[in-house]
Amino acid sequence: MDVIILQLLNGLDKGGAYALIALGLTLIFGTLGVVNFAHGALFMLGAFCAVTFNKLLSLEIVTTDPTKTTAWGTPLEIRTPYIEAYLGDFGNWVLNYSVPVSILLAIPVMLLFGFIMERGLIKHFYNRAHADQILVTFGLAIVLQEIIKSIFGANPIPQTAPDAVRGAADIGAALGMDPGVIVYPYWRMVYLAFAGAIIAAVFAFLQFTTFGMVVRAGMADRHTVGLLGINIERRFTIVFAIAAVVAGLAGVMYTPILPPDYHMGMDFLVLSFVVVVVGGMGSLPGAVAAGFLLGILQSFASMNEIKAILPGIDQIIIYLVAVVILLVRPRGLLGRKGVMEN
Amino acid sequence: MSLIRKPLNRRSILRAGALGGAALATPTIFTSRAWSAGYLNEPTGAEVVLGFNVPQTGAYADEGADELRAYQLAVKHLNGEGDGGLLNTFSSKELQGNGVNGKKVAFVTGDTQTKSDAARASAKRMIEKDGAIMITGGSSSGVAIAVQSLCQEAGVIFMAGLTHSNDTTGKDKRKNGFRHFFNTEMSGAALAPVLKNNYGTDRKAYHLTADYTWGWSQEESIKKYTEGMGWETTAAVRTPLGAGDFSQYITPVLNSGADVLVLNHYGKDMVNSLTQAVQFGLRDKQVNGKDFVIVVPLYSRLMAQGAGENVKGIFGSTNWHWSLQDEGSKAFVKSFGQEYGFPPSQAAHTCYVQTLLYADAAQRAGTFDPCAIAAALEGFEFDGMGNGPTLYRAEDHQCFKDVLVVKGKENPSSQFDLLEVVEITPRSQVEYPADLLGGELGACNNGA
Repeated sequence: MDVIILQLLNGLDKGGAYALIALGLTLIFGTLGVVNFAHGALFMLGAFCAVTFNKLLSLEIVTTDPTKTTAWGTPLEIRTPYIEAYLGDFGNWVLNYSVPVSILLAIPVMLLFGFIMERGLIKHFYNRAHADQILVTFGLAIVLQEIIKSIFGANPIPQTAPDAVRGAADIGAALGMDPGVIVYPYWRMVYLAFAGAIIAAVFAFLQFTTFGMVVRAGMADRHTVGLLGINIERRFTIVFAIAAVVAGLAGVMYTPILPPDYHMGMDFLVLSFVVVVVGGMGSLPGAVAAGFLLGILQSFASMNEIKAILPGIDQIIIYLVAVVILLVRPRGLLGRKGVMEN
Repeated sequence: MSLIRKPLNRRSILRAGALGGAALATPTIFTSRAWSAGYLNEPTGAEVVLGFNVPQTGAYADEGADELRAYQLAVKHLNGEGDGGLLNTFSSKELQGNGVNGKKVAFVTGDTQTKSDAARASAKRMIEKDGAIMITGGSSSGVAIAVQSLCQEAGVIFMAGLTHSNDTTGKDKRKNGFRHFFNTEMSGAALAPVLKNNYGTDRKAYHLTADYTWGWSQEESIKKYTEGMGWETTAAVRTPLGAGDFSQYITPVLNSGADVLVLNHYGKDMVNSLTQAVQFGLRDKQVNGKDFVIVVPLYSRLMAQGAGENVKGIFGSTNWHWSLQDEGSKAFVKSFGQEYGFPPSQAAHTCYVQTLLYADAAQRAGTFDPCAIAAALEGFEFDGMGNGPTLYRAEDHQCFKDVLVVKGKENPSSQFDLLEVVEITPRSQVEYPADLLGGELGACNNGA
């Protein structure tokens, strides 16, 4: 029982990340009809917003101590962070909370990047074949990766969760089980709650605002909305920027779980596309449901008891489930008729 | 001349293909020195060209960059520039800082991308197009084994960089290939006594193992030595390379009854799995009345930087560390630090040493003939390179030297000061019979 609860929790936070990326992918596909292979790179860029913010906060005053030398004979450097020198305890507090606080940096950066990306590149490919869109966005993803690598290097850069949510909660003890049987990191719970909040916010935005109503109308029939005199293109540009922000925030909050490196977006991209296809192209609830479903299945497939019967199942389960679902429901779990069928 | 275009048919395509292939091959055929000399790429001008094949892109690019820095420093020292580095402490005094065999040392570089096929392609290019007489480098056992095999077929020497799998000088060893770096067998032999002293003999270990040649080799060696001292292996679970999130592999450890987690991971996998194991509170756990502990059999400083404070107090092994206080290590750290502003990694050290060992062997042999150099390296005993007295064993081309057991430092004084050496395991303790790991060296190939 404890193993099942643990794998369920693992699946939920992994599924949270898949769902957030897939949500953005589906938003872009549903509105603009563009298959965005650079979406994983947006997740990675968000993570590096957190790294950049932390590095800015960690800028140091460097002085040398002439009485001491390094192992290679140069004077020993003494480094004190500016923020600690000038702001004292408050500076340390900001540094401690640098990951969640970096959301304030990530939102404008990702909005701006999404806007520039859509206006500068994506809009020129609206009427081109999906293969062209895939090639250009995949190329963009590689360029972004290499830029990040040239600035930050190839090694993962550790980011720590705030002290208050570091460590793990003994959920088993809280449920009346033996202590230590079910422990789960606090930050992963924070991430799960954060993913839920973002998903709810996106749905509420689309469901309960005039802007969202127009976007949904545009997703259903772009041409007719245009005939009504509504500048649907401008709204779709904003949707693209919002999707970039969602991916970026998912990346920011994931950094304490997975030390970010330039390649992390690619690791998520393929799985997120499978999530979109399984959920149903263009279906936002489908993307979220499939994200959590595949995350949980992937976790269960990694259980030793299952791997003992089906070796290697953990590495193929997602694709296997995708094949089965597409055979039974060719449009995916919640796919709509007519989307990507012509 | 007719301007009427003839239709393409199968025969004309075949004819054009054959002519095109011959035309493309022509430059290699006529410029290849294999046909004009006693051995492949015999240097005829004032320079001898070495090929440095390191990961310049991909997950190990930082390690590759450090290797390249070391190679460039080695070339400088061989050509008489800089402070001479380890040439000053090396027990062999054949090299005088005036090149090798009267020729200035030049180099070309290739990008392995940490992929076997890309590494073989770049090595092939350096041998065939650039005339490289020796290939060296790499940050992965899979790559090292693939390139070693290529060098054997081509007829040049391969001086392996960072490769830790037993197979490189075990079942996949080659007469033209040489390894200075230690292997998983030695890691197991060095680590086991330290683990026994610190954690006792009654322990239950759970292995998470990267699912490729190095991971299997590491798991086998650690199991062999820890079971030999009384530990029980609860489970050994293979994880896909580059899994990213290891939580689904870590949570089963919680209730497995194990009180030790052995992470047979390297690079990004090790950074991620260790970070997540600590997040799941494994280090705060008590199991079987003992503190739960984590072991990382192969450490590198670059990995420790990625894992941050999670490495504190965790034991592992390493080939070399910049904090060593012997004359060779101090000389290398000084040279490298003055050149680049930070201390070298173990990958940089082994690559630098391999370049000097190759050059010294060529100087002693008085030729660049790969078979003469192989003979000069076989059974060569040396000192002053930072690892104490060392033997290049003739039977398997594996270097035997002291092995370091290290621990993540509790209070690091800088971003480079992350590991502390807790024991220098003497060479005699990590030596093993030459036939233990299988394989055949075969015959030397000089490419003629």
